[in-house]
Amino acid sequence: MAEGINIHIIQYVAITGSIIFIASVLFLISRRKLKEEFSLLWLFFGLVFLFLSVWRKSLDIIASFLGIAYPPAAILLILIIAIISILIHFSIAMSGLTERVKTLVQEVGLLKMEKGGGNQRRNPDKDS
Amino acid sequence: MKILAIVPAFNEEENIEGVIEAIRGSNPLIDILVVNDGSDDRTGEVARSSEVARVVTLPCNLGIGGAVQTGFRFAKQENYDLAFQFDGDGQHLASEIEKILAPVRDNRADIVIGSRFCENNGGYRSTLFRRLGIKVFEIVNSFLIGQRVTDNTSGFRAYNRKAIEFLARNYPMDYPEPEAVLILGKNGFRIVEVSVHMGGRAGGRSSISGIGSLYYMIKVLLALIVCCIRPKEIED
Repeated sequence: MAEGINIHIIQYVAITGSIIFIASVLFLISRRKLKEEFSLLWLFFGLVFLFLSVWRKSLDIIASFLGIAYPPAAILLILIIAIISILIHFSIAMSGLTERVKTLVQEVGLLKMEKGGGNQRRNPDKDS
Repeated sequence: MKILAIVPAFNEEENIEGVIEAIRGSNPLIDILVVNDGSDDRTGEVARSSEVARVVTLPCNLGIGGAVQTGFRFAKQENYDLAFQFDGDGQHLASEIEKILAPVRDNRADIVIGSRFCENNGGYRSTLFRRLGIKVFEIVNSFLIGQRVTDNTSGFRAYNRKAIEFLARNYPMDYPEPEAVLILGKNGFRIVEVSVHMGGRAGGRSSISGIGSLYYMIKVLLALIVCCIRPKEIED
């Protein structure tokens, strides 16, 4: 039956894909191209997809539990949740960076002035 | 009493010299700190050549909030008792500096806002949209801190030591004025408004116009709402 064979093929593709994905994330961490704090979510969702592709029936269970008539649509839902959580995580990280960059710029400005970049002339007749 | 004038300036080469001279003229005992917010023009050089102002040049543009906060950090570090913001575009009047300093000096207020609207001084002209926006801030902020603040967008403000220390740590980054009123009010600082006049810009152009003003309104209102759910920064 052609249909049966196709289903097997997609399962192999899904498992291979998930494994390659997890492996590349681990590889990037080991090469220090990716910080652990940023990779946790990636790894987590990689494992979720590996789980879903190894145990195909789990998708049907999730779909029927959530009342989704067409089980593959559940994959899209999980995928979208994954992407949104990672994007929010990025926004949080960026906000933190903005704050730190701001502090750095202010400190650099003040230090440069202290070093003599700014004008130092003071009022002799004050200090009261 | 050590007093610092914080003058944020972004591309204000035409105005900055006049501003420095005006502050100097009003009270020679005031130290002037120009925060040159990563200007592309000669703002920094012009300010330095005045020889009375100290000039911090930020390596990149932070926006008005980040620039003014640099001033608070400096004031805190150098133990100033009193600091006031005086915009580098020349719209604040040096003749009114004493007016906004007085309540802080007399310990009647922690922060003083120079307001264009708290008396019918009528001299301020602006677009309808801008006045409408300012009215919205008045309603929202007055409701949230339980005190009427008529000019939440005014940058002409004086602060005492306590407020300087607080703001050196917490100051909003872009479009900071309305939000600053709210966090100060919520954290128990005494806010007093005094009536001032403001001129138009002497030269250059404003940072808020066109589609930017819509973004400004939404961003600030969001910040105000979020401010309310945030816990107090300091306990009293």
